[in-house]
Amino acid sequence: MSVEIRTKGVKPLTNSFGHLQRRFGDKPATRYQEATYDIQSTANFHYKPLWDPTREMFDARRTAVVMKDWYALKDPRQFYYGNYTTTRAKQQDAIDRTLDFVEKRDLLRSLSQDARERIIHAIVPLRHYEWGANTNSAHVAAYGYGTAITSPAMMNTADRLGMAQHISRIGLLIDGNSGDALLAAQALWTDHPDWQPLRREVERLFVTRDWFEVFVAQLLVADALVYPLFYQHIDGALGGGGSSALSSLNDHLLRWYEETAKWIDAVIKTAAADSAENKALISGWVQTWRNRLAPALQPIVQRVLGNQADDALASVLAALDARAAKLGLSL
Amino acid sequence: MAAEGNAKPAKKLNLKENYALLTRGLGWEPSYEKKEDIFRNVDFEGVVIHDWDKWEDPFRLTMDAYWKYQGEKERKLYAIVDAFQQHNGQFNVTDARYVQALKVFINGITELEYDSHRGFNMLAREFPGVGPRIAAQMQSLDELRHATTQIHTISQYAKYFTGMNEFPYQFDRVWYLSIPKSFFEDAVTSGPFEFIVAISFAFEYVLTNLAFMPWMSGAAFNGDMATVSFGFSAQSDEARHMTLGIEVIKFLLEQDPANVPLVQKWIDKWFWRGYRLLSLLATMMDYMLPKRVMAWNEAWEIYYEQNGGALFADLARYGIKPPKRAPETIAEKGHVAHQMWSVFYANRDAVGFQMWLPSDEEMAWMSEKYPDTFDQYYRPRYEYWKAQEAAGTPFKNSTLPQLCQVCQWPCLFTESGDPTTLSLRESEYQGQTFHMCSDGCKDIFDDTPEKYVHAWLPVHQIYQGNCFLPGVDPTAPDFNPMVEALRYMGIKPGVDNGDFKGSADATNWEKWTSRPANIHEGAYTDAVRDTASTADVTARKAG
Ligand SMILES: [Fe+2]
Ligand SMILES: [Fe+2]
Repeated sequence: MSVEIRTKGVKPLTNSFGHLQRRFGDKPATRYQEATYDIQSTANFHYKPLWDPTREMFDARRTAVVMKDWYALKDPRQFYYGNYTTTRAKQQDAIDRTLDFVEKRDLLRSLSQDARERIIHAIVPLRHYEWGANTNSAHVAAYGYGTAITSPAMMNTADRLGMAQHISRIGLLIDGNSGDALLAAQALWTDHPDWQPLRREVERLFVTRDWFEVFVAQLLVADALVYPLFYQHIDGALGGGGSSALSSLNDHLLRWYEETAKWIDAVIKTAAADSAENKALISGWVQTWRNRLAPALQPIVQRVLGNQADDALASVLAALDARAAKLGLSL
Repeated sequence: MAAEGNAKPAKKLNLKENYALLTRGLGWEPSYEKKEDIFRNVDFEGVVIHDWDKWEDPFRLTMDAYWKYQGEKERKLYAIVDAFQQHNGQFNVTDARYVQALKVFINGITELEYDSHRGFNMLAREFPGVGPRIAAQMQSLDELRHATTQIHTISQYAKYFTGMNEFPYQFDRVWYLSIPKSFFEDAVTSGPFEFIVAISFAFEYVLTNLAFMPWMSGAAFNGDMATVSFGFSAQSDEARHMTLGIEVIKFLLEQDPANVPLVQKWIDKWFWRGYRLLSLLATMMDYMLPKRVMAWNEAWEIYYEQNGGALFADLARYGIKPPKRAPETIAEKGHVAHQMWSVFYANRDAVGFQMWLPSDEEMAWMSEKYPDTFDQYYRPRYEYWKAQEAAGTPFKNSTLPQLCQVCQWPCLFTESGDPTTLSLRESEYQGQTFHMCSDGCKDIFDDTPEKYVHAWLPVHQIYQGNCFLPGVDPTAPDFNPMVEALRYMGIKPGVDNGDFKGSADATNWEKWTSRPANIHEGAYTDAVRDTASTADVTARKAG
């Protein structure tokens, strides 16, 4: 059925939802704005959660951080479900071509046994680090306050599962899909002294309840150390002068990390600028977790980089410190 | 060329093996922290799980496959939504009464998708097993999708019609929207096992088709391409969610016999709560769709009595019985839609959409669909109200109704088997009396009174003076409590509420489309030029 409309008479009554007009004025809203702002319930909750009876179902008091407006924590990528999934699908198509190329030419399997074992030792156990990050990110998405932070945290949760599976694929490219590399990596993660200090900190994060602290510790501090250490410094060492196969697979992780860092930085900067108390709190968390995680990474970095290890650690710590300063924190 | 000792060609993996390798081994037994400190919510409900690995992963989707599959669906959906907006598709629906049903949808349902997203996120964090956590994550992401796509499609309607512009605000405050709000908050504030039985099994598996099929065909039949598109795009998500629902039940029942009575209790509770929530749909199907697809009682027969019957026959081998209060739903099926519409009509000044009395043609349809109930109990009521409207003394309620402490519907239902007696139940708890609409709701209250006494019952709150905006002075001479309560709820008096005839929606519709705002009544204004449909109605009236 086609409609005959007297076009000159048809003007919308309003250009956007009331809650968006109150924030941005009476003008058309973006899809990010429509999907994000003020969506989470804030009032008149009915029941005391059996799992947290002293607070409401959604409750700003699940973190010590206080915001005048939780929707100030916007995502500069402006992700909503649609552009998030299509972006990730496109990126996956690109990395699939690389995975295919590496598989067809047996590029990882044809490395020397020593080189393969070094990748299994130093890279493949990080699938468990990513699964830990998935847990921590799910914690933020579940207990965070306001859709502006919880929706991207949900997407980050999914991203971390994706990254865990990407790293698992590196293992399968080494072991010819037998799964032996994955089993070996799991044993390293749970038992080998090189990895225990890091696993210890990941488990400590699992019992950290303040979701903003979890956000800071996992997404700012831990990732800022792990990503450049493993996918740049250790990647270089394992490649023996730039073996393109492993580097091209690690590059996928690095690009994702750079994209995600824009969101992390925007959140931290805005929260720290909101009050002196927030700034002190977040700075303290960065300090605490930096001081836990840096030594926790020492053994595995030492194992792979030998006498280069201290320089590599010092350089990623310096980068983290500079980033924190740029975000308005004081360490 | 593979190195020495590694020369066998790489093994080809099928989907299941690939999924297992990429998923199962991701977790580990923690040793630095205690498991019960990491997963703190899985023990208090008393469910016994011996082996989380027995969980059959129902989706078997790796993350990359999810992104690609869903990304493709989003591309297609948004192409349609863009076209819908460019071509003013909102004016393609049958008439402006149809839009009133959409108001109930965006104000009452979309936020449930969001709450569902958050609820599944809690499971994604709290279940100790990798398989169930990934399933919960993917469903959480899907539910975020549903909320998002509903907002993006319905936002076009919200620009041209009243009463859709404050959906998150209204959801938290409007008196009848506490029906859906309290339903989902009840589930999210429960433990993780009750949540997943409530939502994945009782709601998604047992009741979703009932919501989905009539609603989507109703949208299609009434020219609402936007709703049809997001609905059908969501359907393949729903298929996954239903699979999760049945896997959950089997997993719990197979893990330990001690789980059977718990699961039975939750099925009884959530079947009843889900039924009460979905009866809102009864009103939409029978009264708000200008072109009707099937009556509520027919939908209940197909989607619960037949399909549900087969399901519970199948679950009998685990010792699971059909929901305790199913017989009441069958006894009520000829009444609920009519009783609800009557209450909304009587309270039309206090609701956020516009109301009308059914036309002669619609009443003829109801007589045919409800031969045992409509002419006897409800037609006389509507004819009396019509006469009152014609006489210029329309019937209105000036007080808000008593709400049920559990489902939060007004206590408007009648006794099974006696449609002339209101069904009222009460329970004492800590020296106070609480009112319920039915035995089903009383069962729920009596099992956990300490939870339900906290319910935020809007009508109580309004009468206690808790529902006024800051700065309102109840002692001022011109203070009007009803108007102030509406403002608190985000309802614009005289714009969003009241009679459909003469409303802004009806008048704008005729001005903009030149078609009648109510296809069964002909033109309200002389803006209507679509002589075909007007002539049609005139002819029908004459005949
Ligand atoms: Fe949904
Ligand atoms: Fe009730």
